[in-house]
Amino acid sequence: MSLVNLHQVHKYYGDHHVLKGIDLDIKAGEVVSIIGKSGSGKSTLLRCINGLEQYQEGGITVDGKEVTTEDIQVRRLALSVGMIFQNFNLFPHMTVGENVMLAPTIVLKKSKAEAEATARAMLEKVGLAEKFDSFPEKLSGGQQQRVAIARALAMSPKVLLCDEITSALDPELVGEVLKVLEQLAKEGITLVLVTHEMNFARDVGSRVVFMHQGKVWEQGDSKTILSNPQTDELKQFMGAVL
Amino acid sequence: MIEFSNYDILRNLLFATQWTILLSLAAFIGGTTVALTLTAMRLTRNPAMQRIVKVYVELFQGTPLLMQMFLCFFGLSMLGYEISAWGAAILSLTFFTSAFLVEIWRGCIDTLPKGQWEASRCLGLSFLQTLRHIILPQAIRVATAPTVGFSVQVIKGTALASVIGFVELTKVGTMLNNATFEPFKIFTLVALIYFMLCYPLSLYSKHLEKKFNVSR
Ligand SMILES: Nc1ncnc2c1ncn2[C@@H]1O[C@H](COP(=O)(O)OP(=O)(O)O)[C@@H](O)[C@H]1O
Ligand SMILES: [Mg+2]
Repeated sequence: MSLVNLHQVHKYYGDHHVLKGIDLDIKAGEVVSIIGKSGSGKSTLLRCINGLEQYQEGGITVDGKEVTTEDIQVRRLALSVGMIFQNFNLFPHMTVGENVMLAPTIVLKKSKAEAEATARAMLEKVGLAEKFDSFPEKLSGGQQQRVAIARALAMSPKVLLCDEITSALDPELVGEVLKVLEQLAKEGITLVLVTHEMNFARDVGSRVVFMHQGKVWEQGDSKTILSNPQTDELKQFMGAVL
Repeated sequence: MIEFSNYDILRNLLFATQWTILLSLAAFIGGTTVALTLTAMRLTRNPAMQRIVKVYVELFQGTPLLMQMFLCFFGLSMLGYEISAWGAAILSLTFFTSAFLVEIWRGCIDTLPKGQWEASRCLGLSFLQTLRHIILPQAIRVATAPTVGFSVQVIKGTALASVIGFVELTKVGTMLNNATFEPFKIFTLVALIYFMLCYPLSLYSKHLEKKFNVSR
């Protein structure tokens, strides 16, 4: 059964037609890499899936339930969809531990002790157990991004959306974040990631979706599609990236 | 004519200063409360609510405080609502203060990255939870310095209440002047007292501003 389903999704910013009839079906446990040129609509696609942006036509379901931008819906959606941003978006006035504990405490209404135990476990998972009491600004970019992952994981999402989460990092910090993602993939979490890391897409990902001009231009098994692209646009894109 | 010694003059002025301080405090508390409500309304992204706030701000920023006081005092009594000078002064200063604070705070809230809202939303926080746990704690840090700075305008604004007959520092100064014909001495003293009220606040605001800039 599909976990995330998009059916003929159209999205406009004013007159600007950004998503032009997206069909996409993602099953639990898949690791889907979305690639494509800047401006092809990758971020918009993710943001429609978690209700941050409104789409005008078609339908999106997550775990069988329809996605809208209604506050109530988005909040329910947040229980199944986690999101990691390019620029981390940690809460700077809270410690790392507080960042991770906040939503479990006030959204899931967990007790403080329970939330803290979860937070410590999630920080352990991303290799940052000892940073529990630090403030985000004291951490490197790679560490901040791992905290953001722990924060999302603490809500035990069914699917994790990642929008170019290593693009703002210094090259030497990219590896530590990808390693965490790889570990999560092994554990069977569903990942949908917009990425430029082709090696990661090939080696860890199960499927690659190539977007071009607001459409799913080509998609398929990651190893096949990346070694044997069919469309000229994908060939050209890969030539530019590699 | 009654004789006023320097001591009498100073004593009367200082006594009236209490009323200036009290009026300033009342206006500031009232203004803050109303501004908080208006800020929340503005943040709901409900067009009707935002419209109300916009009109409110334009109305009270775009007209002289003195006219607002006249309208509150004479206008309301003409409409049949008995209102004391004290009540009218508080009411109009509350309008004035809140209209400016809403705008000051809007600037502070808008400097916070949009990502803070989005991250909160993706974690399932409601609008009010986001406001309370994420936005306000950060905005308050930014807003403290300009808010304290603005309190100086509120104190100076209370002087206008003398015109509708509220007996505060300026009014007592005028009354003493009428009795003694020593305008230079009396109004110098009055100005000095205002300065002593306002200057420490200005200094404190500057200090806060510096502290904030360093910690960023
Ligand atoms: N908030 C917005 N308002 C108007 N246009 C936007 C907005 N966000 C993105 N766009 C436009 O939508 C298109 C797709 O953007 P985006 O989804 O960010 O692409 P990608 O993530 O693939 O680089 C671009 O042409 C961009 O200019
Ligand atoms: Mg993007």
